[in-house]
Amino acid sequence: MTELQKLREAFRTALDLPADAPVDDLHYQDNEKWDSLAHMSLIATIEDEFSVMIDTDDVINMSSFAEAVRILGKYGVTIND
Amino acid sequence: MSVFTLPQAVKEEVLLKDLSALVAHHRQRCAPYDRILAANGYEGASSVAELPWLPVRLFKNLELKSIPDDEVFKVLTSSGTTGEVSRIYLDKAAAATQTRQLGATVQSVLGPKRLPMLLVDTKAMLKDRRSFSARGAGVLGMSTFGRDHVWALDNDGHVDLDAIRGFLEKHGDAPFLIFGFTYMVWLHLYEVARDHNLDLANGILIHSGGWKKLVDQAVSPSAFRARLAEVGLVSTHNFYGMVEQIGTIFLEGPSGGSLYCPDFADVIVRDPVTWRELPPGETGLLEVVSTLPTSYPGHVLLTEDLGVVHGIDDGDWPGKRFSVSGRLPRAEARGCSDTYREAA
Repeated sequence: MTELQKLREAFRTALDLPADAPVDDLHYQDNEKWDSLAHMSLIATIEDEFSVMIDTDDVINMSSFAEAVRILGKYGVTIND
Repeated sequence: MSVFTLPQAVKEEVLLKDLSALVAHHRQRCAPYDRILAANGYEGASSVAELPWLPVRLFKNLELKSIPDDEVFKVLTSSGTTGEVSRIYLDKAAAATQTRQLGATVQSVLGPKRLPMLLVDTKAMLKDRRSFSARGAGVLGMSTFGRDHVWALDNDGHVDLDAIRGFLEKHGDAPFLIFGFTYMVWLHLYEVARDHNLDLANGILIHSGGWKKLVDQAVSPSAFRARLAEVGLVSTHNFYGMVEQIGTIFLEGPSGGSLYCPDFADVIVRDPVTWRELPPGETGLLEVVSTLPTSYPGHVLLTEDLGVVHGIDDGDWPGKRFSVSGRLPRAEARGCSDTYREAA
């Protein structure tokens, strides 16, 4: 699985979305499944999946799929297809 | 990076400018607010204490918002025991700002890393994710600052000693975060730690929620700190805040005994009869000011809480340091742990 696929999977798992749901354009709280509770689950899933520890400010700033890609870059994870 | 940096004189200069701009902002966008100020003949302020305040209970009686209906992103409510409900309207920008500033405030004592987190509460209260209690919303908001969350109580509300022991075995050797409401920490963590010899020395406790229930048991804030220190928990931070000024919390400094105001907020103590500002050492009604409320006119609020300023620019952090001593006797009993709904 590519890093991009892994990140998409992490979003679907944490936000309880169907296996084929598009996630690349998701924004925090635009999708009703992505509420504050799901956000914590998403962070935990991403941390497990990519073996990183995300700082508080980045948890707060991770407000879209695109932001997650950018933030993971700071931790040395390059999201490529 | 700390948000406890500005000496009082500098802070007041900044706040007077920013809050005066907010007064104008809300007058333009919130008709009832504008009418209240017009009726009082407000024409401007030359000090923070002269800024026009709203009594906090007004948010129960009036719909006060400074954003159009279609920009309302979240409605926070807080109800008292008599059933009156405050409604606080946030747009996306205000919701993001409050989260960010709460984060900055808490990081002043926790640092930038998320610490392993022991929640002195039960996961059961998050069962209905559309309608949390104030306790649930508070716990959830604070969870952002932790990781590897463990609940100290099981789903029936009983102490889960195995869970606490497991948490301490795994994380007890390095700094970890403990969060809970003050009386929950007293009842469900202090007594358990004492009776079972748990080592909480690396814990940093953040707690809130009023002292009413502890006063009933004759536990004062200083006794609370002293007892917790006996079980090794020396790093404890109480905080004071309300839904009507969401995102702004007044945090107890490392030495204990005083709450401090972040750079974007302040407190003023007023005589409950004359409304005059009282000097340090005299107890009166607390007024809280904050630059965070942009979507509703909650930037200058007269609370129903009594408090006293202990000193200015003479403590752990710059600015005023104060404590809350109770509720104005006639005030409606309004616990922050009562109903609190969050609607997307």
